[in-house]
Amino acid sequence: MANIRVLVAKPGLDGHDRGAKVVARALRDAGFEVIYTGIRLTPEQIAEAALQDDVNVVALSLLSGAHNTLFPKVVELLKEKGLTDVLVIGGGVIPAADIPGLKAAGIKEVFTPGTPTSDIVKFINENVKA
Amino acid sequence: MEIVERLLNHSRLALSKAITAVENEYDDAVKIMTEIYPHTGNAYVLGITGPPGAGKSTLTDGLAKEYRKRGKTVGIVAIDPTSPYSGGAILGDRIRMMDLMSDEGIFVRSMATRGSLGGLSQKTGDAVKLMDAFGMDVIIVETVGVGQSEVDIVKTADTSMVVVIPGMGDDIQAIKAGILEIGDLFTINKADREGTDKLNIEIEMMLELNPERVAWRPPINRTIASKGIGIEAVIDSIEAHKNYLIESGRLAEIRRARIKNEVTAMLNDRVNRYIDKNVVETPEFEETVRKLQTREIEPYSVVDKIVGNVLK
Ligand code: B12
Ligand SMILES: Nc1nc2c(ncn2[C@@H]2O[C@H](COP(=O)(O)OP(=O)(O)OP(=O)(O)O)[C@@H](O)[C@H]2O)c(=O)[nH]1
Ligand SMILES: [Mg+2]
Repeated sequence: MANIRVLVAKPGLDGHDRGAKVVARALRDAGFEVIYTGIRLTPEQIAEAALQDDVNVVALSLLSGAHNTLFPKVVELLKEKGLTDVLVIGGGVIPAADIPGLKAAGIKEVFTPGTPTSDIVKFINENVKA
Repeated sequence: MEIVERLLNHSRLALSKAITAVENEYDDAVKIMTEIYPHTGNAYVLGITGPPGAGKSTLTDGLAKEYRKRGKTVGIVAIDPTSPYSGGAILGDRIRMMDLMSDEGIFVRSMATRGSLGGLSQKTGDAVKLMDAFGMDVIIVETVGVGQSEVDIVKTADTSMVVVIPGMGDDIQAIKAGILEIGDLFTINKADREGTDKLNIEIEMMLELNPERVAWRPPINRTIASKGIGIEAVIDSIEAHKNYLIESGRLAEIRRARIKNEVTAMLNDRVNRYIDKNVVETPEFEETVRKLQTREIEPYSVVDKIVGNVLK
């Protein structure tokens, strides 16, 4: 009996948590175990929580504009900790122009405002190595 | 096994993966637990329960920090309910414990109750053992005090703490019936709120009525966990309870009872699975049920016969 476990986290100083909570609830309703860690976290706190909870997915939410530095930093720390098979995805207010760079840095997909949560569920189901 | 060696050498990743293996009942789980067993039995286990939102996680965070000041390493197993509708869960305990993430002497694991009743206690027990073998001095198990299985888990701790809050109204009645008798100590959290004195008196009165509590009288502490107030006194009470258990010989008794329960549960589990597989899920059994329904046979001799065959 294995459940998909997802860490939903907000790195940096951004306090917009509505989207992250909407996503957390939608993932719970899709049958995932969601570890919700709240706002104002450092990439190190997020990576360590991912390690301790052995999650399959790290889902990062940012609306403040700091995604280009913070998202790749989380990916880097996960690798450093030996978490090589974790799927990292992101969402929030992220300009289209930034998305290729984030993907190159290891963020597998980016979901911007207006995304139906069912798309997020589908992406996770299709991309987590069970 | 390599994973066990790495765990014993303090690999946090190995500890995490080992907990996943027992939680998901992976093929290697039994082997891991078998090899780990000789390295367990050293940690002190604290169970924390209480109504939803009482501040259990905030308190756990404060207790962990205080234990660290006193030179102890801390493992935490934080359990939240699985949604019966989707099978998913929001595990929100960690949100109160994010400051602990930068301390290598602390390891926090969130667990969902998932489906099984007895399964949860066993998996929690295994997670505790893995943290114990890893070398954590104190292991805190947090559960919401609502279901029987959650209460059972806390009961298996060396010290059980019940967290209550003022202003619950008649809720105290419900709690009285369920979790109050398991408390070795009581913490009135949110003592910044009105009704704290009244609640304190109510708990005291209730404890008066409990004749079993003669040798150890559960202390009642007050905390404001969100401000870190009163935490030291709670730890002092836990230490006092621990000393009482050691000096009275109760600790050895509690632990013997815990081992007995664990092995009994494992036996029951094994026998149940065997019967499900070899008896219940066979075509003959369907035929037996059909005959029972038409009253061609009766169930008492059916059971006798099956038990005679299976458990001879
Ligand atoms: C509501 C809101 C607020 C509320 C926040 C309430 C809260 N607790 O969340 C309040 C009023 C507090 C607020 C404050 C501020 N805000 Co504001 N806010 C908004 C607003 C209007 C809507 C955000 C929202 O809640 N949307 C609804 C949710 C459900 O959508 P969402 O978060 O986008 O999430 C969806 C997707 O993005 C995606 N998603 C999001 N996260 C994740 C994560 C993962 C893993 C996945 C898979 C998907 C995913 O899925 C969700 C569902 O589709 C936006 C504008 C906008 N249209 O986005 C500005 C906006 C985000 N705010 C902005 C600003 C500047 C601020 C302030 C700095 C203003 C100020 N000067 O004080 C403050 C800062 C607050 C802080 N502490 O950080 C700017 C950010 C600019 C930027 N990025 O460059 C925006 C874009 C407005 C703008 N156009 O200027 N804000
Ligand atoms: N006023 C006040 N609020 C507190 C106190 N301690 C905790 N809280 C708040 O109470 C809320 C719930 O705290 P948690 O620690 O998550 O409670 P919990 O018992 O772990 O909750 P569940 O695990 O969901 O049952 C949070 O908003 C805390 O900040 C306190 O002493 N006083
Ligand atoms: Mg909690």
